[in-house]
Amino acid sequence: IFAFLALMCLILAIGNGIWEHDKGYYFQVYLPWAEGVNSASYSGFLMFWSYVIILNTVVPISLYVSVEIIRLGNSFYIDWDRKMYYPLNDTPAQARTTTLNEELGQIKYIFSDKTGTLTQNIMCFNKCSINGKSYGDVYDMSGQRIEINENTEKVDFSYNPLADPKFAFYDHSLVEAVKLNDVPTHRFFRLLSLCHTVMPEEKKEGNLVYQAQSPDEGALVTAARNFGFVFRARTPETITVVEMGETKVYKLLAILDFNNVRKRMSVIVRSPEGDLTLYCKGADTILYELLHPSCNSLKEETTEHLNEFAGEGLRTLVVAYKSLEEDYFQDWIRRHHEASTALEGREDKLSELYEEIEKDLMLLGATAIEDKLQDGVPQTIETLAKANIKIWVLTGDKQETAMNIGYSCNLLNDDMEEVFVIEGSTSDDVLNELRNARKKMKPDSFLDSDEINIQFEKSSKKQIIIPDEQANGVYGLVITGHSLAYALEGNLELELVRTACMCKVVICCRVTPLQKAQVVELVKKYKKAVTLAIGDGANDVSMIKTAHIGVGISGQEGMQAVLSSDFSFAQFRYLQRLLLVHGRWSYIRMCKFLKYFFYKNFAFTLVHFWYGFFSGFSAQTVYDEWFITLYNLVYTSLPVLGMSLFDQDVDDRWSMLFPQLYVPGQQNLYFNKVVFVKCMLQGIYSSLILFFIPYGAMYNTMRSDGKAIADYQSFALMAQTCLLIVVSVQIGLDTSYWTVVNQFFIWGSLSVYFAITFTMYSDGMYLIFTASFPFIGTARNTLSQPNVWLAIFLSIILCVLPVVGFRFLKAQLKPTPSDKVLLKIKEAKKRPPPPSPKRRLRRTSTRRSGYAFSHQHGFGALIMSGRNMRPKSPFATTGTFSPNSDKYKHKGL
Amino acid sequence: MKNKTSVLPREEEAQSSRCPDNSAFKQQRLPAWKPQLTIASVLSSFFLTGAFCLIVGVCLVLSANSVREIQVDYSDKCSDCSKLRENSSNWNKECHCSINFTLKEDILGDVFMYYGLQNFYQNHRRYVKSRSDAQLLGRNVNIQGSYCAPFSAYRNGTPMAPCGAIANSMFNDTIDLFYNYNSSVIQVPLLKTGNSWWTDKNVKFRNPESYNLSSAFAGTARPPYWQKPVYLLDKEDERNNGYVNDDFIIWMRVSAFATFRNLYRRVRRVRRFAEGLPAGNYTFHISYNFPVTKFKGRKHVILSTVVWSGGSNPFLGIAYLVSGTAAILTGFVITAIHLKLRKKKTYFQKQ
Repeated sequence: IFAFLALMCLILAIGNGIWEHDKGYYFQVYLPWAEGVNSASYSGFLMFWSYVIILNTVVPISLYVSVEIIRLGNSFYIDWDRKMYYPLNDTPAQARTTTLNEELGQIKYIFSDKTGTLTQNIMCFNKCSINGKSYGDVYDMSGQRIEINENTEKVDFSYNPLADPKFAFYDHSLVEAVKLNDVPTHRFFRLLSLCHTVMPEEKKEGNLVYQAQSPDEGALVTAARNFGFVFRARTPETITVVEMGETKVYKLLAILDFNNVRKRMSVIVRSPEGDLTLYCKGADTILYELLHPSCNSLKEETTEHLNEFAGEGLRTLVVAYKSLEEDYFQDWIRRHHEASTALEGREDKLSELYEEIEKDLMLLGATAIEDKLQDGVPQTIETLAKANIKIWVLTGDKQETAMNIGYSCNLLNDDMEEVFVIEGSTSDDVLNELRNARKKMKPDSFLDSDEINIQFEKSSKKQIIIPDEQANGVYGLVITGHSLAYALEGNLELELVRTACMCKVVICCRVTPLQKAQVVELVKKYKKAVTLAIGDGANDVSMIKTAHIGVGISGQEGMQAVLSSDFSFAQFRYLQRLLLVHGRWSYIRMCKFLKYFFYKNFAFTLVHFWYGFFSGFSAQTVYDEWFITLYNLVYTSLPVLGMSLFDQDVDDRWSMLFPQLYVPGQQNLYFNKVVFVKCMLQGIYSSLILFFIPYGAMYNTMRSDGKAIADYQSFALMAQTCLLIVVSVQIGLDTSYWTVVNQFFIWGSLSVYFAITFTMYSDGMYLIFTASFPFIGTARNTLSQPNVWLAIFLSIILCVLPVVGFRFLKAQLKPTPSDKVLLKIKEAKKRPPPPSPKRRLRRTSTRRSGYAFSHQHGFGALIMSGRNMRPKSPFATTGTFSPNSDKYKHKGL
Repeated sequence: MKNKTSVLPREEEAQSSRCPDNSAFKQQRLPAWKPQLTIASVLSSFFLTGAFCLIVGVCLVLSANSVREIQVDYSDKCSDCSKLRENSSNWNKECHCSINFTLKEDILGDVFMYYGLQNFYQNHRRYVKSRSDAQLLGRNVNIQGSYCAPFSAYRNGTPMAPCGAIANSMFNDTIDLFYNYNSSVIQVPLLKTGNSWWTDKNVKFRNPESYNLSSAFAGTARPPYWQKPVYLLDKEDERNNGYVNDDFIIWMRVSAFATFRNLYRRVRRVRRFAEGLPAGNYTFHISYNFPVTKFKGRKHVILSTVVWSGGSNPFLGIAYLVSGTAAILTGFVITAIHLKLRKKKTYFQKQ
């Protein structure tokens, strides 16, 4: 734009040089050259700078000021939005920076944390299978399964004074079973209340708080507590349990702790009656191997239930028990003691002992814990995916857990052609896996003729921007932290970006906070796209800071993420409103603002340019200098602000219903170079009209009373009145949402213009400030002329009608996708009232349970996840649970 | 039940604390009018404006055509005089020339006489600002600091009144019109006042206060190109003399373009000229003082009548006609395209 300005000035300066040489030289009789100017070229040089001053209104300061005001306004809208306010912990959404609003409308990649962002990090005992009977679902009279919602009646635990009031369970049959003293059920809950490493805390009588290292365990113990098996206290040797109101103290003889290989834990306790029992819980694959053959039929039934649970995205555990012989146990415990005090190979010896005792177990049943997703997460993800936003989940969790969550929140689904899993442990493996994936998605991309490959050869590898590639279907990619470490190394970076960006969904599991940031950095580096990172914990801070826009979830995991973020709110689901409504509006408003602002200033400034050709390139301004001062400041500032603060092409409901409307923002369709050139051309056209219509109308003619009309002041007034009315009509045309404020601003600005003009051109002002207001009487004398008004009217028609026609024809002949959507909306508005969002919710949720069924075979094995599956790797980030340290704690106690 | 009671008071508390207000403004739900470009509105706007433009255009063209205008270029016809004026040392030699023309028909109504200049850059920035409005208001101001330079004062310090390049270059030809009626020559009576804007004459320009004009301008000198001082511009009419002289005021209202015309005289409708100018032979007697050949300028004298829309300039009328036609044609094109598209659409829908 500055080049354009310089070019104009240069043209005019050269023009001035020539003019001074051809005409001004001879005109010196009447107008001698200014002092110190002795040649035409020198005069031209001076004129260059004069025109720089005059024409710099192309990029006025008020542009920057207005941009800031608009951003501020749109940030306030985010703060004020009730639909992004979370009443439960009284958190409104918060825009912590005001400069990024319009980028919210251009997001292409979302990097999301899992724990605390997608999920609530609350584990919730949801279902169980006891002795071949599945509990947890609610059926209506006709035997149909009912969707559980807030209105479903909860189980009444009032019989148990120690129950946790927050615990909710809906299946009444389980309570009945407990109350009927069903033995397996009792044993099941006894196990849950004994076999764990939870620490109880009872500050007040009856007010139990559990300190669980992993939320899964907490959930199980809480469930047992509510069903009447209250784990009350523990010492290093005993565990106190209140069983159905009756306090029992179990002797804790051994804890066979969890580790990644064993995937199970057991306790050996002696009941007050003196029975020795081993209680064991663990991953089903492991535990099934250790079962006693007598429970084979039960195993089958339980497996069926397990698959069902897993299909619904629940974390499952199998529980089993075994009664021990006194003699055998005494022997075992002696050996155990030896082993645990051995100096060499203690770990191995211990695990051997564990293996020995944990066999021929009797199956009790299975538990299913829901890693509770935040409300509306699957719907949000579905909507965002429709808006062509690619979602990458970066989590510290294990691969199975991550994929499990991926399925349950609709990231991965069966419509996908394939989900690639990258888990190579050498650089070459990773490369091969990536290449294979890419080959499947887009076989052409390995040909030499592929555009990107050509581009690689041409340019140096570092500074390349990879254009978007289209895969031949919908794919997902799962990559583990190990492989990611290789993939992020120099030569594999490109492969990773190309492959990963072709996939709709990428899940990176077991990544460190640093890797999260590196992944974001990678995409930022190779893709021309706006990235957004969302997370809630301290481990997401680096990622939030790296991405263009960081969003913090103000939730459980402290404030660090929020403090380093640009926007914050309480729930993941608000992200869709932030992007699809606020982001889109901000982006559209900003684009409209810029388009209009450049248009109006081009139209304003270029008139000077044309006038230069008629005034000897003397840098004579067309307008009154007061008009020049007030144009951007008063006359046109408020209407455009009004438009860019209130405009909305479709309201929030429709923009959520049609996420496709978001796509133009990602491609930056509303303001790019082409659009800029277009509005420049429009400005040039308008300025031509605005100059030549008054010129033609005034040329060699006179007023209706015979006096001369073509004096400079009349011309100036006419041109500026034309200009102001034209830009006002133009903003009227651009505004698609006329609020009272808009009306007031537009009409107000016009009337203020006439009021100010008449005041400034009045006798009094002239007599007081003679030098400042030389335009005395111009308004009265000129605006009373019919042909002046006719000329003004004609310029309005000529400036506006072509725009109307052009826009209409463009929408008719070459409708953009968003035009089509708008048309659809218009039609839909005519017919029924828009579908309420509630109906949508129901539809998506049934679909969710639909996919669960189709997964029970393929992924049943994968999805089962142990309770203590917290990785013990150095990459472990989210989980603070480490079985070993926990164990030492016990010993200390 | 316990749950609900524990949540509710918190919510109420929140309502009062951090929950945003539920106002239409803050929730961006202000009632609004949402106009859209529909086929009906677009077409009607095109056809209506088209029709309107055509009507206005026809009116304008007709009225512009009814204007009678006679324009005489006398920069060449008085070539002797112009050569004389090229040499500035002859500045006080008088030079006259006369130009004949014939009116075949009567010019009825008010007739105005203009002088026109071509290629005279009155809109040059340094020219436009080379004046002192305060001085022209009759105030005693120091014009040294104003933009008048180099036409602000003589070397000996005597200030010029009026100062500046505009005043200095004032058009000073005298043009008289004679009617040759049956070999007798009658001077057409011309009005030299009432030609300027009321505001200019009564507000913008004032003579310095004094008991008479010549004393009011004492201590000042005429601009270098002038033949007589400002207080002798019109000796006959006190109210048309000095700064408030109509010719001067009109000249001081600089033109927007290099080619322009200024009102010089109006034909006084008395006696034989009560109806206007009768047909016949006329002569302009011009006292040629204003040199234009140096800057390749041209001078005209123009006689014209006016109508409601001004002079004989057909531009506006033609522009209206053209844009009206264009609007209507575009309207038809849009209709055609729309119909075609709709056909296509219904065709697809049927399939």
